[in-house]
Amino acid sequence: MSLEKKILDLNEKRRKAMLGGGEQAIEKQKAMGKRTARERITDLLDKDSFTEYDMFVEHEARDFDMDKKVLPGDGVVIGTGTIYGAPVAVFAQDFTVAGGSLGLAHARKITKIMDHALRMRMPLIGINDSGGARIQEGVNSLYGYGEIFFRNTLASGVIPQISVILGPCAGGAVYSPALTDFVFVVENISKMFITGPEVIKTVLGEEISMEDLGGARVHSEVSGNAHFFAKTEEECFEQIRKLITYIPWDNTRKARMFEPAEPKPGFDVGKIVSDDPTMPYDVKDLIRAIADNSDFLEIQEMYARNIVIGFGRLGGRTTGFVANQPNEMAGVLDVDSSDKAARFIRYCDAFNIPIVTLVDVPGYLPGIDQEHAGVIRHGAKILYSYSEATVPKITVIIRKAYGGGYIAMASRHLRADFVFAWPTAEIAVMGPEGAANIIFRKEITSAENPEEMRKKKVQEYKEKFANPYVAASKGYVDAVIEPSETRKMLLHALDVTENKSIPRPHKKHGIPPF
Amino acid sequence: MEEKEEYKTLNINSTLYKTRLSKKFENRKPFKPADPCLVRSFIPGTVVDVLVKEGSELKHGDVVIILDAMKMQNRLKTHVDGRVKRINVKSGDRVTKGAVLLEMERVAGPEAEDSEES
Repeated sequence: MSLEKKILDLNEKRRKAMLGGGEQAIEKQKAMGKRTARERITDLLDKDSFTEYDMFVEHEARDFDMDKKVLPGDGVVIGTGTIYGAPVAVFAQDFTVAGGSLGLAHARKITKIMDHALRMRMPLIGINDSGGARIQEGVNSLYGYGEIFFRNTLASGVIPQISVILGPCAGGAVYSPALTDFVFVVENISKMFITGPEVIKTVLGEEISMEDLGGARVHSEVSGNAHFFAKTEEECFEQIRKLITYIPWDNTRKARMFEPAEPKPGFDVGKIVSDDPTMPYDVKDLIRAIADNSDFLEIQEMYARNIVIGFGRLGGRTTGFVANQPNEMAGVLDVDSSDKAARFIRYCDAFNIPIVTLVDVPGYLPGIDQEHAGVIRHGAKILYSYSEATVPKITVIIRKAYGGGYIAMASRHLRADFVFAWPTAEIAVMGPEGAANIIFRKEITSAENPEEMRKKKVQEYKEKFANPYVAASKGYVDAVIEPSETRKMLLHALDVTENKSIPRPHKKHGIPPF
Repeated sequence: MEEKEEYKTLNINSTLYKTRLSKKFENRKPFKPADPCLVRSFIPGTVVDVLVKEGSELKHGDVVIILDAMKMQNRLKTHVDGRVKRINVKSGDRVTKGAVLLEMERVAGPEAEDSEES
């Protein structure tokens, strides 16, 4: 064969491999509203930046006539490319090839790109679209999953790991996304569950649709397994591209600096919050009034809405925001919101992202369901993750900061580097009503007009303790600031903490209240 | 402005907050202490065998029903000394988690201690 002919031959081989499961299978994929694996990669990455590896990998399975089956690329595409210039490693399961099922060669391709990402210190993005284990390959496919889970854990906190669920992801397979940092889902396309509707019907006799059991909305709203929800694959890729701009390539670096930009004039920091601590407002407006360009990338928007988490920038630096949301459940801490915030705090800490905490919290949610659901253990996660974090921690107390909620929300006592308080702040062991009822119980019950006495005592308590000055007099608050000074003070604090370094006792790892 | 109408009142330590309530919070179920006279399925499954009859006199810990679930034959026991008042299932029935399979009534005598499931 001449060189020319060999090149022609190579190109023919490439063409065949790129066709995946063939035109019919591609049509079927499109009919489901889904793109092919390679189209997805192309849409996600910078134009012409993708380089594919292992295109010609084939399986070596023999049982069940598998030796007669050709599965191009063994049902998964791997390679590297860039997103806004940042290097990323990618794998995308190809549903058109044997339903994207995971066999030994398929798994080896995935673990190869994972190893590559970890060695070259770049983010890993996995696009999941698979019917699950390739049953014909038996225990070999279980080996494959195990090897993937192990690497997910090894890479956790070292390189960012992103999972995109663009099809079914069921059974053991869902544990890989669960071990990664961010899970992206798309309405009507993503399906995640351990046991599917069929099994549930046979075993339990309960009927439920795939969408209601493990669709995008369920995981975004109810289970909390998903972090970003999109209506189309296109929107989903835009979200991923945006996220990549906020996070560093690995845990030895900081996120890229952007040009500093003032917040948009539409958001007036002084006009969002009522001074009455019982009145609601949208804390996201407050974040937008503070953040560069009023940009805020919210994470887990629909889950545990009583706490808001996400990324913004302050003076060009990526900043993780954690904020109580008075609009939802009065911004209380509870099982789900503690879990949500704690994980995010640990993410920021692992990847050198400073944390700004906006506090307006009435405390932990009382209730039998909360106690029985383990609010002690879950609530402790916030305390643990803030205490453990060594990145810059800057806290702004907006209004109420009562009791355990005050301590938990990045207080000085958990080693916040800066604690600022607005003049509307109320830092106290509990709200004036509750406190007065306990402290002045005798006076109130023995009074001629108990209700009047109660009001009087509540007022007394309010005047004396419902303010930032008691805490400020002890140095628990570094400065009481005007709302309009918030951004300036945050920028100052981020400048001062830029090279923060604190020693910690040596340990293998802590035992957080998982 | 239309948002304002969604706001409800939430009482936290005697302070009344105006806020939205989560579905989870609004749908929470009132707590009911477990009734030791009821034998419930602790797991969804299929009733394989009912070993007692209505009116049978039983001792605390006697096995009353075999429930097949997760490829295991689970032996469900009574938590009280007494008589079988009602049997709500027969063999072959599929049951959900928490379904009351059998009801006991105590006969005169000291109360038996509750014990762990099977």
